Amino acid sequence: MRLMLAYMKPYKGKVTLTVFLKFAAVILELLIPYMLEYMIDEAAPKKQIVHVIIAGLVMVILAVMVRSMNVAANRMATLTARDSIYTLRRDLFKKTIYLKGADFDEISLPSLISRMTSDSYNVQSFIGMIQRIGVRAPIMLTGGLLVAGIMEIRLSVVLLCMIPVMMFVTVFVSSKGIPVFRNVQAKLDDVVRVLRENITGVRIIRALSKSEYEKRRFFNANKNLTDADIRAGMMMALPNPLMNLLLNIGFTLIVVIGAYRVNAGDMKPGVILAFLTYFNMILQAVMGINRIFIQYSKAGASADRIALVLEVPENDRQTDNGCESGDYDEDTVIEFDNVSFCYDNNSAESLKNISFKVKKGESLGIIGSTGCGKTTLLNLLLAFYDVSVGTIRLHGKDIRNMPLHEIRKKFGIVFQNDTIFNDTIYENINFGRGISTDKAKEAAETAMIGSFDMDYPVAIKGMNLSGGQRQRLLIARALAGDSEIIVFDDSSSALDYKTDAVIRNNIKKKYRDSIRITVAQRVSSVKDMTNILVLEEGEMIGFGTHESLLKECEVYKDIYMSQMGAFE
Amino acid sequence: MPPFSTKTDKPKDAKGTVRRIIKYILKYKELTATAVFLAVFSNIFSLLGPKLSGNAIDVIAEGEGLVNFNKVYYYAGLMILFYILSVIMSYVLSSVMIIIGRRIAKQMRTEVFDKLTRIPVGYYDTNQTGDIISRVSYDIDVINTSLSADVVQIVSSFITVVCSFAMMLYISPILVISTLVTIPFSIIYTRYMTRKTRPLFAKRSKKYGELNGFTEEMFSGHKTIQAYANEEGVIAGFDNINTEAADAFYDADYYGTIIGPGVGFINNLSLALVAISGAFFYLYNMVSIGQISSFVLYSRKFSGPINEIANMYNELMSALAAAERVFKLLSEKEESADAKDAAALSDIKGEVCVKNVTFGYDKRKPVLKDMNITAKPGNVIAIVGATGAGKTTIINLLMRFYDVDKGAILIDGKDIRNVTRESLRKAYVMVLQDTWVFTGTIKENIAYAKEDASDEEIIRAAKAAKLHSYIMSQPKGYDTVITEDGNNISKGQKQLITIARAMLADASMLILDEATSNVDTRTEKAISEAMIALMKGRTCFVIAHRLSTIKGADCILVVNNGAIAEKGTHDTLIKQKGLYYNMYISQYD
Repeated sequence: MRLMLAYMKPYKGKVTLTVFLKFAAVILELLIPYMLEYMIDEAAPKKQIVHVIIAGLVMVILAVMVRSMNVAANRMATLTARDSIYTLRRDLFKKTIYLKGADFDEISLPSLISRMTSDSYNVQSFIGMIQRIGVRAPIMLTGGLLVAGIMEIRLSVVLLCMIPVMMFVTVFVSSKGIPVFRNVQAKLDDVVRVLRENITGVRIIRALSKSEYEKRRFFNANKNLTDADIRAGMMMALPNPLMNLLLNIGFTLIVVIGAYRVNAGDMKPGVILAFLTYFNMILQAVMGINRIFIQYSKAGASADRIALVLEVPENDRQTDNGCESGDYDEDTVIEFDNVSFCYDNNSAESLKNISFKVKKGESLGIIGSTGCGKTTLLNLLLAFYDVSVGTIRLHGKDIRNMPLHEIRKKFGIVFQNDTIFNDTIYENINFGRGISTDKAKEAAETAMIGSFDMDYPVAIKGMNLSGGQRQRLLIARALAGDSEIIVFDDSSSALDYKTDAVIRNNIKKKYRDSIRITVAQRVSSVKDMTNILVLEEGEMIGFGTHESLLKECEVYKDIYMSQMGAFE
Repeated sequence: MPPFSTKTDKPKDAKGTVRRIIKYILKYKELTATAVFLAVFSNIFSLLGPKLSGNAIDVIAEGEGLVNFNKVYYYAGLMILFYILSVIMSYVLSSVMIIIGRRIAKQMRTEVFDKLTRIPVGYYDTNQTGDIISRVSYDIDVINTSLSADVVQIVSSFITVVCSFAMMLYISPILVISTLVTIPFSIIYTRYMTRKTRPLFAKRSKKYGELNGFTEEMFSGHKTIQAYANEEGVIAGFDNINTEAADAFYDADYYGTIIGPGVGFINNLSLALVAISGAFFYLYNMVSIGQISSFVLYSRKFSGPINEIANMYNELMSALAAAERVFKLLSEKEESADAKDAAALSDIKGEVCVKNVTFGYDKRKPVLKDMNITAKPGNVIAIVGATGAGKTTIINLLMRFYDVDKGAILIDGKDIRNVTRESLRKAYVMVLQDTWVFTGTIKENIAYAKEDASDEEIIRAAKAAKLHSYIMSQPKGYDTVITEDGNNISKGQKQLITIARAMLADASMLILDEATSNVDTRTEKAISEAMIALMKGRTCFVIAHRLSTIKGADCILVVNNGAIAEKGTHDTLIKQKGLYYNMYISQYD
């Protein structure tokens, strides 16, 4: 609720006006039956035709006013809902985009997506609804109670006794409701996850003819969702009839007590009749309020899930630029100083005591077997994660003290499995960096993209390109920024040797000033690098040139032999 | 009448959509019948309350000292009884409706999922994952909510309307005429608004789909966006789409929420009309005051539900638009059904013959032209060539993810279009360049191709894929849960899992699509030994760039520009000094 209120707050003025208009409309609407009563009880019996017509006209005028006010109020309510949810979605999107790697992984991609979509819709419909119905019901309730109280205070006591009981039921059920709905959303996450996996793995699933198996897996997730949803629904359906019953029992009590009072001569029978009208009004109001509470349970659970993302602590980096290490040497650009890292406290270290330097004009190759920590090393270098022990320095500055943008501006990078966007070739290369078309073309040529037009539209996930074309596009993206450091994480796996070699030569020639870091499995991709870092199980087991490693590093030699040996 | 709808998609077919929804409801005949029964009686019972209270009040109206308490208690007792009955019934009613709604939602989700297993693979290449997901997560939920809440409301409203109209007729047929004047207004107004808002609601659904698609795409590219510090650029893109979605929401909901007050206005107008004409009729002694007041009470009851329905209008419209999107997916073209006389492939020897095949994803732009490949049982066919030459396309055709445009593919002499897809695909094991694991334990992921695999077999496969020691280093060993996007497993390890998975599968043909490219060369050597064992006796199609892997192939096909440029063994191709020779030499650059 806090979240929703916070997002409605900027529209305080509008919300107040909406409430006021709704309030006025309700009052005016209550006047219509009053005019009717006047016509029937006063004017008609006295045969005052002019009065009848005037009263009739007043009714029509009131009806017009009520309509205009309601329309205006609804329009504003919708406007508020639109603007507040627009801002909420924007904030949530922004927050998610800026989320740290570890936080992103913890909440998980499918869950973040459903928070952005189905949860935000739940909140949206609640914000719209509470303004439309939320005003009318409480006014009706207070108005009804007030008039009833004035009319016959003793009978109203019965009603007043009922109200707290009903409120208790509403509040109790809806507080129980939030966890129940949270459970439903969690089960929905599961359904979405299975669905997502089926979409991304469609080729393998079809190839293995596992559709039936997947159907069963989906069936289970679907069943769990349905069961949770039915449980939530049955629970939320409880307060309405329960309150109906309570109110009606109250009403019966009023009839019985009324009977005694009339019998004793303390009250006229007509009062009971009048009570009926107000009783109905109160009943409607309580039902309305109850409906809001039910909606609230659902929207509240969703709002909680959204708030959880929004409340993830910001990247609280101390950007203290003055702090440089003592033995800083001008030429060193990248320095790993005894770095160790583990993804979470329970798991083993992914990197252990890594120390090396890369100087201006140098290049670095990283090689090692699967899972040895190559990608982790890059994650640390780009500050997606912070080191557990040790320091990483860029130009002598501890990267933990640098703003993220400043770090990342220095890099052009191709990740494993990198993302291609549903946009033009140019936009995929430019990627919001304001790179000129010529620069982009140059990068595209270096990466040998081929004859593509710069505004050739790339399909979703780059599906109209082949694997190799995708990788070349990604390489062009990394090159186009003229970055100080260009990183290739296994970015030539879909390229044949020849293309790979030509592109490497192109880059070497054209981007001489940039530091190149290449993570690869092919010795041929890294053997020309100034230094090669050999990793095994998170440990640095070799660092040096190709030639020196061949002599000193047994593992490197093995890799080289297994790869090249086949040709000899 | 020409449809009002603007140019969005095809003309929207509301009646058809409603009819389809009703079909779903009718699948629960017993439950629906129970619901209708409960709705009728719980409403009638609750309408009895006021009548009984009226009787009680008549008794009380006898006045001071004359109240017959026996009768008062009699009526009060009946009131409580009927209220309790009505409440129980209405609770059971909502429960029944909830069960119907949720079951229909479940069934729709199942149908969508089943459909997704049957539509051509190409559908996934051209539709955003997020958009597909939003049909299951958002659209179906909207239908579900509407079914369980709104339908009850409509049914009980209907009963109230019918009952009160009968009472109104009973009280004063003349006054009914003045009510009737406004009814056509209501109908015309609602119809007009419906026609105006339906396209708006359809647009709203569509925009939400786009928003979801964009969200999915960008969240998936989270890391890249951060690495290029393009957060603001992506947020700007989101702003556009978010604005469009918010505007579409506003347009639809604004017009939607006008309807409530509009109908309310017509009702108030009708009340004024009844009052004025009532007053006149009274003057000419055609009705009594009592008749007017009870007539007014019932006309309120009569118009109340109409008002309610108008208020639910937005929800109904969203539900219809959502249903249309779901039904549209359900009517997507499926992979062509197996031929009627399709036989299951059995006792496959593994002879594969690609004959004069021409194919293009876009028929005007063929990717493969008049291609011929012959593989004898047990042959290893290596396919090499520059990127984009059409290697992956060959695999797509072999597996029949797409049908050839011209020519034919034969297995053991049988055209693959004449055998069942399932038996065809089961005849292959496949390791693709896009590694795919699902959320589940490592064991489940390995045993994916063979559910009844024993632990021993799984461990043997994992050992062969050099994965066993990694698995054992995990705290939970083979029961470690891995996720598709998780960080507890690297891409290379995922690749090893898919290799282990393939090793377990029992098939006579094997497809490797750059399968070893994510495993470093040192591991690869060990794997290739295991692979050789796996390949034994199977016809293999290998797409790999590493020449060492394909050197031992029986036949190497060098693909260039959609056609086979060179064909032969390693030695003969080297002697030819053609494309293959150049590729081979470039390795030593």
